[in-house]
Amino acid sequence: METKPITSSLSDVANATKARKQPGSGALGVGLEARGIHAWFGDKLVLRDISLDFWYGTVTALIGPSGCGKSTFIRTLNRMHEFIPGAAMAGEVLLNGQDIYEQGTDVTKIRLKVGMVFQKPNPFPSMTIADNVLAGLKLAQLKTENKDDLLEECLERAGLWNEVKDRLSAYGGSLSGGQQQRLCIARSLAVRPEVLLMDEPCSALDPGSTLRIEETIQHLSSSMTIIIVTHNMQQAARVSDYTGFFLSDGGPGELVEVGPTSEIFSWPKDIRTENYVTGRFG
Amino acid sequence: MSNLTLKPTKPWKRTPKQQLLIAVNLLVAAAISFVIVLVTPMKGKLAYLLLFFISTIIVNFAENYFKSGIAPAKDSIATSFVTAGLIIAVVPIFSILFTIFERGRAGLNFNLFSHDMKSNGPNDPLGQGGLLHALVGSGIMVGIALLISLPIGILTAIYLTEIKGIFSRPIKFLVQAMSGVPSIVAGLFILSAVVFPITKSSSGLMGGLALSILMIPTIARTSEEVLLLIPSDLREAGVALGGTQWRTISLIVVPAAKSGLITAIILGLARVAGETAPLILVSGGGDAVNPNPFHSPMGSLPFYIWKGFTFGTTESIARSWAGIFVLLSIIFILFIAARTLSGSEEKK
Ligand SMILES: Nc1ncnc2c1ncn2[C@@H]1O[C@H](COP(=O)(O)OP(=O)(O)O)[C@@H](O)[C@H]1O
Ligand SMILES: [Mg+2]
Repeated sequence: METKPITSSLSDVANATKARKQPGSGALGVGLEARGIHAWFGDKLVLRDISLDFWYGTVTALIGPSGCGKSTFIRTLNRMHEFIPGAAMAGEVLLNGQDIYEQGTDVTKIRLKVGMVFQKPNPFPSMTIADNVLAGLKLAQLKTENKDDLLEECLERAGLWNEVKDRLSAYGGSLSGGQQQRLCIARSLAVRPEVLLMDEPCSALDPGSTLRIEETIQHLSSSMTIIIVTHNMQQAARVSDYTGFFLSDGGPGELVEVGPTSEIFSWPKDIRTENYVTGRFG
Repeated sequence: MSNLTLKPTKPWKRTPKQQLLIAVNLLVAAAISFVIVLVTPMKGKLAYLLLFFISTIIVNFAENYFKSGIAPAKDSIATSFVTAGLIIAVVPIFSILFTIFERGRAGLNFNLFSHDMKSNGPNDPLGQGGLLHALVGSGIMVGIALLISLPIGILTAIYLTEIKGIFSRPIKFLVQAMSGVPSIVAGLFILSAVVFPITKSSSGLMGGLALSILMIPTIARTSEEVLLLIPSDLREAGVALGGTQWRTISLIVVPAAKSGLITAIILGLARVAGETAPLILVSGGGDAVNPNPFHSPMGSLPFYIWKGFTFGTTESIARSWAGIFVLLSIIFILFIAARTLSGSEEKK
């Protein structure tokens, strides 16, 4: 066993950012469990046998080179994978112990519980900022006691309230890219998901906006399960409790290693993980 | 304010000197063509134009060659051809508009919009009678066509772009084929499928049905293109928020495409507003205002125009030109409305 972490700067970040939650210790509920996920596009197998557990109250970062199936994997977690023609999958995804792919499951309910933030900010162009935040209520035909309270709460949790409280009736498209992405986060929060999937939410943003979103993630993590795909190792180290490393050697993507973030960045068990997090390839 | 000597400039624009040079080039070319017409047997306006075009190319080529080299000189030939093409395309359009205004002017008066022709013949003095019946008839029939085509056209487009069901390919093929159907065929179809077997008489409703056959493919195809432009991100975001596909389409996709869909509708209206052949077949024509689309023939602007020309007297032909002017103005306004709507969306 090495005495010195292989990537000292990253592991410092990962250790210093917060006290690590131990597996299970932060768990407030059962969470989300992926069991033996395989995914295909047409005949092409792009994911092989991914099993990963996500505890309630933790942030899990998924890292790995482009094209190794990270997006495909998280899209199987809220049944967005089936949206693509020719897509197929095998395996189980248990949400609070219940398989979301079970016959007869109401898929819209699943997507309410497992929200998603996309890589490119995508506020609804025909709607104002306020309408964007509350769009999920309309789409899913949910009732709420007090819309204004919900609106403020969601924007507050997404770290956007102070910037937009005076122009809630402006169009979402009038915000900057970083603000738009936080608007999209607020929009996902309005339907009170238990899990939030974020697919490279900061890859189109400037460093300042990225920082704001990371703060938002920290903030949210105590009350939900967050799964974030990122290409930014620093970001993974800063925001996540656990990190999973995906890799494809030209064939289907596989989960090479998963563990507490500090361990992945300090003493990875697999040489491929070590090469990736030290920037020797990928 | 701090630097008064700094003036905003546009270095990418032509300087006045360069503009002058272009004018000089054109003058030289004109002079050359004039001399050639003088000294050779070539005569006439066409010879002038052709020679002017050729000498412009040569003069521009020479100027660019000596100033900047062979590549810009070659480029100038292409520019000359494109400019000539533009002029050839635009001149007839303006000449048509000018002709219509010129001919239609005599028949234009306020009575047109307040009177019909029930107590006047086409041969009466131009101030008497009007085309109110035609305007009302066109309005009603185009309105009926719109009521039928709007839901069918947009739902077809939604089926093709959003649902993408197993019938997408045949429907797409059908819509494309339908948009090529000659208008008289639409009229004949309604005539043989509805008028002869069922109603046995022409009426505004039959006219509206025939027009809707022409309108549906226009609206469906334009709407399809508009919906295809909506990024799939938005659909995914709607579904990811717990919306069903239908709620996502109606709350997110269609509102996002709203101005484009309105453009599609306006283009559909403009497409059928001037259709003559099917109306002659199935709605007949009348000289009195007939607001009832279910009973008795109904006049229309194209029919009014056609009738005036077939009557063939000076007055009746002047009436037709006035009718053309009114019809074209309406279509023009529709197109401008469509342009403005889609333009204002691009700015957003
Ligand atoms: N819509 C699609 N159709 C076909 N193949 C796809 C599609 N989306 C992704 N893929 C393939 O699936 C693999 C995994 O892609 P993706 O999950 O997007 O990777 P990542 O997010 O890790 O970059 C890649 O090989 C990619 O080419
Ligand atoms: Mg991806």
